[in-house]
Amino acid sequence: MSFLAATHMTCGYGGANIIEDCSITVEQGEIAVVVGPNGAGKSTAMKAVFGMLELKEGSVVLDGQDITSVPPQDRVPLGMAFVPQNGNVFVTMTVEENLEMGAFIRNDDITPTMEQVYELFPILYEKRNQLAGELSGGQRQQVAVGRALMTQPKLLMLDEPTAGVSPVVMDDLFDRIIDVARTGIAVLMVEQNARQALEIADHGFVMVQGKNRFTDTGEALLANPEVRRSFLGG
Amino acid sequence: MELLNAIALLTNFVLIPATAYGAQIALGALGVTLIFGILRFANFSHGEVMSFGAMAAILFTWFLQGQGVSIHPLPTALLGLPVGILAAIAVTLIADRVVFRYYRQQRVTPITLAMASIGLLFVLAGLVRFIIGPEHQNIADGERFLITAFEFREMTGLDEGIGIRQTQALTLVIAVIAMVALFWFLQKTRAGKAMRAYSDNVDLALLSGINPDRVVMIAWIITGALAATAATLYSLDKVYQPFIFLQILLPIFAATILGGIGQPVGAVIGAFVVAYSEVMVTYAFRRFIGYLGPADWAPESMVQLMSTNYKFAVSFIILVVVLLVRPTGIIRGKVIER
Amino acid sequence: MTSRGALYFAIMAAALLATGIFQSWNVAFGIIGMCLISAIMALGLNIQWGYGGLLNFGVMGFTALGAVTAMLVSVPPVTEAWEAGGAGIMLSLALLVATVVVILVARRMVPAHLRTPVTVVLVILGFFFIRVFYVPATERIEAVNPAETGFLGGFGLPILLSWVLGGLVAAGAAWLIGKVALGLRADYLAIATLGISEIIIAIIKYEDWMTRGVRNVTDLPRPVPPEMELWVAEWFVSIATFFGSDDTRAAIALAMKSIFIVLFLIVLVVIFWFSQRALKSPWGRMMRAIRDNRDAAAAMGKDVTSRHLQVFVLGCAVVGVAGAMLTTLDGQLTPTTYIPLRYTFLIWVMVILGGSGNNWGAILGGFIIWFVWVQAEPFGHWFIGNVTLVMGEDHWLREHMISGAVYMRYVLMGVILLTVMRFAPRGLIPERS
Repeated sequence: MSFLAATHMTCGYGGANIIEDCSITVEQGEIAVVVGPNGAGKSTAMKAVFGMLELKEGSVVLDGQDITSVPPQDRVPLGMAFVPQNGNVFVTMTVEENLEMGAFIRNDDITPTMEQVYELFPILYEKRNQLAGELSGGQRQQVAVGRALMTQPKLLMLDEPTAGVSPVVMDDLFDRIIDVARTGIAVLMVEQNARQALEIADHGFVMVQGKNRFTDTGEALLANPEVRRSFLGG
Repeated sequence: MELLNAIALLTNFVLIPATAYGAQIALGALGVTLIFGILRFANFSHGEVMSFGAMAAILFTWFLQGQGVSIHPLPTALLGLPVGILAAIAVTLIADRVVFRYYRQQRVTPITLAMASIGLLFVLAGLVRFIIGPEHQNIADGERFLITAFEFREMTGLDEGIGIRQTQALTLVIAVIAMVALFWFLQKTRAGKAMRAYSDNVDLALLSGINPDRVVMIAWIITGALAATAATLYSLDKVYQPFIFLQILLPIFAATILGGIGQPVGAVIGAFVVAYSEVMVTYAFRRFIGYLGPADWAPESMVQLMSTNYKFAVSFIILVVVLLVRPTGIIRGKVIER
Repeated sequence: MTSRGALYFAIMAAALLATGIFQSWNVAFGIIGMCLISAIMALGLNIQWGYGGLLNFGVMGFTALGAVTAMLVSVPPVTEAWEAGGAGIMLSLALLVATVVVILVARRMVPAHLRTPVTVVLVILGFFFIRVFYVPATERIEAVNPAETGFLGGFGLPILLSWVLGGLVAAGAAWLIGKVALGLRADYLAIATLGISEIIIAIIKYEDWMTRGVRNVTDLPRPVPPEMELWVAEWFVSIATFFGSDDTRAAIALAMKSIFIVLFLIVLVVIFWFSQRALKSPWGRMMRAIRDNRDAAAAMGKDVTSRHLQVFVLGCAVVGVAGAMLTTLDGQLTPTTYIPLRYTFLIWVMVILGGSGNNWGAILGGFIIWFVWVQAEPFGHWFIGNVTLVMGEDHWLREHMISGAVYMRYVLMGVILLTVMRFAPRGLIPERS
């Protein structure tokens, strides 16, 4: 059994199903990437994994525990952290306060974790007393990831972390995400920039119209001619 | 000398009363802005919560006076204030439990919540009038002045005196204490930061494991406490009368919107802007101008922009100008979806 | 209207009938008259809230505008006061218009960055300039026989004319206010309208030269010619005699009230007919589309703000008509009686209870709430009087509670509003979807 096994998920808004029989798995210390064309249901799949949408079918198992019916807030203490695509920082609060709020559920000393985050994202240490709303797009994403890491999650979920940032910043951000995975955290992310994302992915899931189309290692997917032709622009 | 006289005159009739009034409005506006920020609706019942708190304080003050308790030279109502605060907190918490919580869970629009606050307004307005009656109540005992205009004149030899009423000084001291405590709470404590986080971004606050019920409860407690304090100080400084508390909503809302919704610092600034404008616009400047110009040049008619009867129009004009020019307020506040 | 709606109206009619039989017909007829006015106010608010989703918390102000219009239309002019200060007031008015024109022209002429400062300067200059003529004029007018007049008086026209003019005045004010406040968030409109209504009341209370202020204007002319009143009265007296009553005075009072009821009913029917037609027209459908999804409607190219302005003006006009009717019924203008709980929020309870967006519902809500509002007073006295009997006949607390019993009807209204919102948010007669 994988560390996170979301299997045979079917769900949607109202009557229509956005995703059908969709499965996603992640291992500890690995990066799993969900890619696919617009409207394929990638973000919906993320929400389903985090419990923001009720599943009609399927289950979500984290570390051997079935959490299908656990509400999203209660998944945070279980070791899941989620970085939404939009509105993922507290814009009126300082960087440090953002990190503190990330650790809200913890009652132990959070300084070591905060130091780790600063080590991972040195720029945040420099800007720790600035309002998050005043930072650049890439720096905000770092705050968002940092905030999520403050809960000491076992699974970090990122919804399009590189949306709207420049290619240089994107490469930098991906490097950081690799660093995060190396600390033993399972990383699951949805990405628009499929090629770059698959390059760092241990596992890739190509979704089309709410279903799994290809599932393989990142390397293999990049090498697969059909995937290249259809989803990576040749 | 003339200049000093002019300054003394302005201080006595504009600066001091407006500062006390501004502090009262600020305490009220802080409550409105907190609820606006956390629960995202305009709480029209806020004035009646204030009224209820002040009423409880007054009733307890009467009880104490009946028992012969006195803290002269301070007004007995200071001892009644804690009871007023508890009563107002009880009202806000019960109201949240009975009325607002349901709508919050339904995730209704801000309009529905505002409408529900009208229901609460009716209930509280009725209870207050039933319990204490619609008449005005004067509760200021204790020493009237810290310094009278006469003493000031004797001391300085100026023609114009500055009198500081004790209630004005008390208002300022208590308001400053309350505001410092509030800002310390919001900036430095975990619960305070959680409130700011919730006000900033509800979804992310939930993702961070912040308990919404707790945040809302704390917001109501603070709001109730500030409301009772504001209304008791207002009643001490002027007079307690139930109908005032619907009218006072206007300057309070004006201050809230001027300061930027959900912005406590903005609410305080807004309150003082509103208070100073109101007092200055309705003050007759004739003698003031008389001191500044050559002899006898002061105009015959009073140089008064507006009769005091229209002081609420000042808040309204400020409100409208803000809405037209900068709807987000001085400190960029929340733009809550319609 | 559904059969359930018909049932509610039947119950309402029975309640009024019972009031007539067990209390007195005079009370019942009085309540019916006010019910009709309340229903018209509720219709007006329903146009704004039910059709358009606008939060107008200034109903009181527009009611009062209608009320003032009724007074100004009907009372005879005070010649002496006109001689004393009429010219000054007219000059001030002309200057006001001139100032506005100058400001509008100046704003066109100067470059954009100077517009605000120029406007501010011109407003201040105009303000002081107008006061030079305005203040002495008002003082002279108010000095003319203050015990009886002390104001300019009105135009001495038939008061019925004000039922139309009152609507127009309210509509004009609504247009000005709507221009400024619409297009903003819904709760901002609520706050702004609450404010403007307080200001309107303040003007009516304190501009003595125009309204006599808190000294009231009493003995307004009645709406129908005396001959007609006499004819109806004779008719009622003969009915009373037929039923074996010789209380002629009660019969005459009843006659007066029934004349009003007939007049009010005509207005209600006319406004209701237009409201229904509007609601079912393409215009009404568009309004509801905007209300339900403003962004989608705007994206489809609907001019949301100007549609909102239309419903706002129309609704306020209806409220203004009701205000003029109310003053006609009262026969006097009493500015101090205007408080938001009674003239704004009570109307809201009517609309919410009856059913937002449904005109039948608004009428039903107007009837029920006014009936309950009136009857709550004697009932409250009776109820609290009995409950507190255990304290002893003249215990201080009992007397205090009885004297405050009337205010429990505020509590009752709050409870009704909250209960309906919670358990029947669509009201007694829901909007047809």
